[in-house]
Parts: sequence; C-alpha cells; structure tokens
Amino acid sequence: MHRITEKVVLSENIVKTVFEAPDIAKKRKAGQFVILMIDDKGERIPLTIVDSDPVKGTLTIIYQVVGKTTDQLAQLEPGDLIQHVLGPLGHPTEIDGIETAVCVGGGVGIGVVYPIAKALKEKGTRVISIIGARTKKMLILEDESRSVSHEFHVTTDDGSYGLHGFVSDVLKDIIASGQKIDRVFAIGPVPMMRVVANVTRPHHIKTLVSLNPIMVDGTGMCGACRVSVGGKTKFTCVDGPEFDAHEVDFGLLMSRLQMYTVQERQSRELCRCGKND
Amino acid sequence: MTEQEKTEKKEKKERIPRQAMPEQDPKVRVTNFDEVPTGYSPEMAMLEARRCIQCKKPGCVSGCPVDIDIPAFIQLVAGGDFIGAARKIKETNCLPAVCGRVCPQEDQCEKLCVLGKKFDPVAIGRLERFVADYERNAGTIEIPALPASTGRRIAVIGAGPAGLTIAGDLVKMGHDVTIFEALHKSGGVLIYGIPEFRLPKGIVDAEVEYLQKIGVKIVTDAAIGRLKTIDDLFAEGFHAVFLGVGAGAPVFMNIPGENFSGIYSANEYLTRSNLMKAYRFPEYDTPIAKGKNVAVIGGGNVAMDSVRTALRLGADNAIIIYRRTKNEMPARAEEVHHAEQEGVQFQFLTSPIEYIGDEKGWVRQMVCQRMELGEPDESGRRRPVVIKGSEYTIDVDTVVVSVGTMANPVIPMTTPGLDTNRWGYIVTKDETGETTRKGVWAGGDIVTGSATVILAMGAGRKAAKAIHDYVMNL
Repeated sequence: MHRITEKVVLSENIVKTVFEAPDIAKKRKAGQFVILMIDDKGERIPLTIVDSDPVKGTLTIIYQVVGKTTDQLAQLEPGDLIQHVLGPLGHPTEIDGIETAVCVGGGVGIGVVYPIAKALKEKGTRVISIIGARTKKMLILEDESRSVSHEFHVTTDDGSYGLHGFVSDVLKDIIASGQKIDRVFAIGPVPMMRVVANVTRPHHIKTLVSLNPIMVDGTGMCGACRVSVGGKTKFTCVDGPEFDAHEVDFGLLMSRLQMYTVQERQSRELCRCGKND
Repeated sequence: MTEQEKTEKKEKKERIPRQAMPEQDPKVRVTNFDEVPTGYSPEMAMLEARRCIQCKKPGCVSGCPVDIDIPAFIQLVAGGDFIGAARKIKETNCLPAVCGRVCPQEDQCEKLCVLGKKFDPVAIGRLERFVADYERNAGTIEIPALPASTGRRIAVIGAGPAGLTIAGDLVKMGHDVTIFEALHKSGGVLIYGIPEFRLPKGIVDAEVEYLQKIGVKIVTDAAIGRLKTIDDLFAEGFHAVFLGVGAGAPVFMNIPGENFSGIYSANEYLTRSNLMKAYRFPEYDTPIAKGKNVAVIGGGNVAMDSVRTALRLGADNAIIIYRRTKNEMPARAEEVHHAEQEGVQFQFLTSPIEYIGDEKGWVRQMVCQRMELGEPDESGRRRPVVIKGSEYTIDVDTVVVSVGTMANPVIPMTTPGLDTNRWGYIVTKDETGETTRKGVWAGGDIVTGSATVILAMGAGRKAAKAIHDYVMNL
C-alpha cells in the first residue's frame, strides 16, 4: 500500500502525483520506471519515475489522463492509497562522460526527460533543453526544466508561447549552428521521437528515446512490451526503456500501442458513467 | 494371510473399477471458466480408496517427488477419515489441493501402481484432490505446533511452487522465512499461468493463506535484483537465500511478422486472463484480444491451457499448430482429451514461418509449412523435417506462441558469484540446489528449465533440508 502525499494538476489533463514508496525511492536512478496497479481490479501500467526523495521516501510521477487507469489515478487525493507499486524497473540512463547533451521533451514526455537532464547536470554535462507542447496551457515543468539546463528553449505548436513550431525545429537550428553535441535524449509522443531521430540521423548524433509500450508484469515475463530495435526484438521492460532512436521501428511501436483502443474506450466510458459529474 | 487369501483379496479389489471423475459437460464448460472436473463424492472416494491393495513396498511412493505416504493416506480415506488423510499428505506436501489437480500422476505415482500392470491404477491424484478439498471446505485446516525459533532468517525469492514449498518446510523447522514475490499476488505459475478451469485461484489463495498462518512472511511487489539485490538481502541479515524464480521469459520463434498486434506469448495471454482476470473485462480493467480465429503454436500443457482459454473467450476456431504428431505432444493426455472434447482443432506436422498483417498492424494470416518426422533428436522424439513447397495460409486474428520459456536474466545479472549455464539457468552443485554463491540455493525451473509444479516442489523440499543444515551450523 502506497499513500499519496501530494497531487498537483499541472495542465488541462496532465497530473503530478507523489506517493510513498521508501524502498524504491532509495534505489531509483534517472531513467527508471515503476509499474503500478491502483486496486485489485486494476490494470498494471508503467510510469517513469520523475523524481524521488529518499529522505521522505516518496516517488513522483507525471502522467496524462488518457484512459481509465490514469483517470482513476488523477482522482486520488493525498491520503488515498495505490495498492501496488513495483520498481524500480529498467536500466538507469547512462549519464557518464557526456560533455554536451540535448534533452528534448514533448508533452507529458517533458516529465520523463526532466530527471535525465537533472542527472546529467549533476554529472557536469552541459545541458541544452528543448521542451514543447501543443499549446501554452499544456506546457509542464517549465521552471524545473530551466533550472537543470544551461541553455533552454520552449516551443508551442500553435505559437501561444515560446517559439512557434516544433521542438525538432529548434534542434535542427542547434545542429546547424555547429555546436558539438554528444548525445540527444528525445522523449514524447511517438511521432515527435521519430522526427527527432530523422533530424539527428544524418549527423550521426547518438540519440536515445525512452519508450512507453503497453506492459503487463514489467519483469520480462510476458513480452507485451516488445519493440523492434535494429531488426531485433527487445523487451522494453528489461532491455530498455531507452533505445537507440536510429534503430527503433516507430511504426510498430505505434501500432502495438493502439492494440486495445476499442476496449480502452469502453473501459473509460463505463468508468465515467459511474461518476456524478 | 495365506497366498490364497492374498489372491482373493487382490481379486476383490480389482473388481471395483477405477472411479471416473465427474466433469462439467464440454458444451457447457466452454462457456464458462469454472473448473472442469467437479471432484469425487465421499462415497466415490471411499470406493476408489478400497481398490488400493496396500503394497508392502509401494511403487507409488517412489514415484512421488515429495515422498507422500500414499498407501497410508489412502487407507485413511477408505476408512472415511478424510481429515486424517489430508493431514497425512500434509506431512510431506504443503500443496495437496494443487498437486491433486496439476501433477502428471500418470507419469509418477500412478505409473508405478501395481494395479496398473493388469488393470487401471488407483486414482491417487483424484483422492489427493478430494481429501484436500474436503479439509478446506470443512474449515478444519490444522495449524501444526511449531518448534522454537532458531533465530535464522531465510529469504525465498519467488512465491511459486518451489518457493512456497521451501517456505513451508523451513518455517516448520523454526526458521524466520520471508518470501519476496515480484507480482502483486503469490502463487507464481499457479496464479498467472494455470487457468481457473484447471486450478481455481481460490485454492491457491487458501494454500498461501495457510503458509502465512504458520508464519511465512510474504512481500509482494518486490523485484529482487532491482529493488534489492541478493547482496542487499545478506546485508539486511538474512542467513541464506533460496532462488525459485522460475523460467519466466517467453521464447518467440523469430519469424517475420511475429510482433504484429494480436500475437501473444503464452505467458502474456495467460497472465492477462488468469492473473489480471481479463476474461472478466470490463469488470476488471485489463483487456485481452477475443479472437474469432485463434491459433496456438505448441503442443505442451501451456498450449492446451491457452487454446482452451481462447475457446472460453469466444473463439469460433481454436487451433493447435504443432510441428510433430499427437504422439510426441508433451501435454498430458488428460489435457489433450479435454481440449478435444471441447472442440479444439489440431493441425499436426505444421509450423508457422511468417505472419501477415493488415494496414493497422494486426495479424490476419499465418503462413505455415508441412513437416514430416525424420530421425529421433536428442530428446528421443522424431525430429520434424520441412516438406519443401508445402506452404499454405490460415486466416487468424489472434495467435498465442507457446513454444517454451527461458531463464530471466535479472537475478544472475545482479548477483556476483552466481554461475549460470549457457542457457542462463542457474548452475547447482548437487541435488540440494546449492549454487556457486555461498549461502544461496536455487530450485525449480530456474535450474532445470521448464518442468512441472511437483518437480519444483521436490526441489524446494530438498533445498530446505540443506539450508536447514547450513544455517544451523553458522
């Protein structure tokens, strides 16, 4: 049982939840995730650990409300319980020996790239952050991201804030400026990650993406989260979650993410029917 | 007793036929997930028990991996002392309701029953199941008196058959035992793998509760290797560790199109249905593809469980695709028989070579090729050989790949000094399961590769004795 200590609505449908998980908080490193299950009838869903506080024994997650489980999670208030949390899972991000890194975050992916940027900065890496959202009110973690960056850019698709355009446009400009970039981390919607991979590929800049496929157990037992990387099948939960962006089959990732669209809609609607609003 | 009397006694026993197991009608049971066999009545059990001739040197016991005193418990059943019989079994087997259902008795105790030479063997498994169910339903499960605490702490990794068995044994020896389980429920393959219609989950829960009542501590949601390493456990004060983590990683065939949506590993398909209760979606949140044309690749018990699950989820066609013939199938005859009764189709001497998907990436067809049997391979079974030019396609919308499992690498990867073989299974020094790492034992599928529930339990039992000796000499 994991007690929620804090809940903040960050934007229209992006929520931050902080909960107790002292053992995980002690071990967790940037890039790792948890599988959580709200109650005994719930689904097991993977969520990246955005931050941890080993002293308070808490973990922070940030998620977009897209289905029944995230909807239900967003309803939980401080004092409420999450039944099951498993972690920390996956390989931590490799952060050693990187001189300059560009951390690109899109939408709720900003929450996933933020802890990586933070860990890199603590290691002495020069961090260039580019964060973007569809529109201003959907932008999250602006101040936090800025505080862990040496150079910081914001974009919105509709131009309501920051630069009018996509995160990949800024990345193209930075590459064109001739700066030496050792690593790019790109985390966000699948189309964004695919575009970033295409931008860096001709320049041979090593680019990592953190993938978010459907998972069940999260321990390498089921293979639900399999992705194709360089033509080989990998399990995101134990082999990832980060992979070489230039090798990932994003089309496959996208289609596997949509495997249960019909059931997800059904589940969400049923869940909403039960509410009084 | 004179020779003549003995012969008369034997003949009398043989006149009682082996009692058939009452079952749900196949037409009805494919529409539900309730257990298929409904169990003996007390009268049937007593009648069946009277068939046992109480051999002086019982072959059945030597066929049992956990050495149950089979003639003794059967004699108690014959006399109507069902609770006594249950307790007799529990002296050496802490999971009788499970074993009575899922052990391959036909290859173990019942295979060695002397009656089987001329007639049908005594239905030992059905009697075991009967007395375990009787005791549980009577609510008279006895908590044995435990010895004084030894002050020794033992960590058991994995709450599957091996882990549950060793935990029960060690706690009865007075040790302080904690099981660490990665999933949110205990039972391992008993809870995520074997379907409700073959092993009701309430039974597993009851067996786990019994262990907790006698003092076993269970920590779920604990990913050992990630949350805590084996070194961390020793640092926390555990004196010994048992690894019963199973061979949990699914094997795929690495053929084109295998990652299309609608293609599952058997582990995923069964975990969704059994552990996550996807067959009760949307009451439970986890979905599962309810295919109309479901192909299950493989011929083992897990394949039978998958294909029978597919039928119950509403498949019009549920097909086993197996590359050898019915004779070589590793599944228990009883499971194959049940599958046939329920309308499962079998395509033998067939193997998939490619999947074809639609524009959304969902599997639509499976390209198969025909095989013929050649010379025997290292397993002793005749090797399937491809018939060239025999390719044909089958329409499918769901596929379950059930061609085996392999070792999960997380614990070996994070445990210095723990040797594995070239397949990733943990190397043990002797039959107690002692590993190359001091104070660490292992047993079950993580040592042997995929095997049976009872063999894993046998491994747990052997390791328990060795761990006891080890920690008492520290």
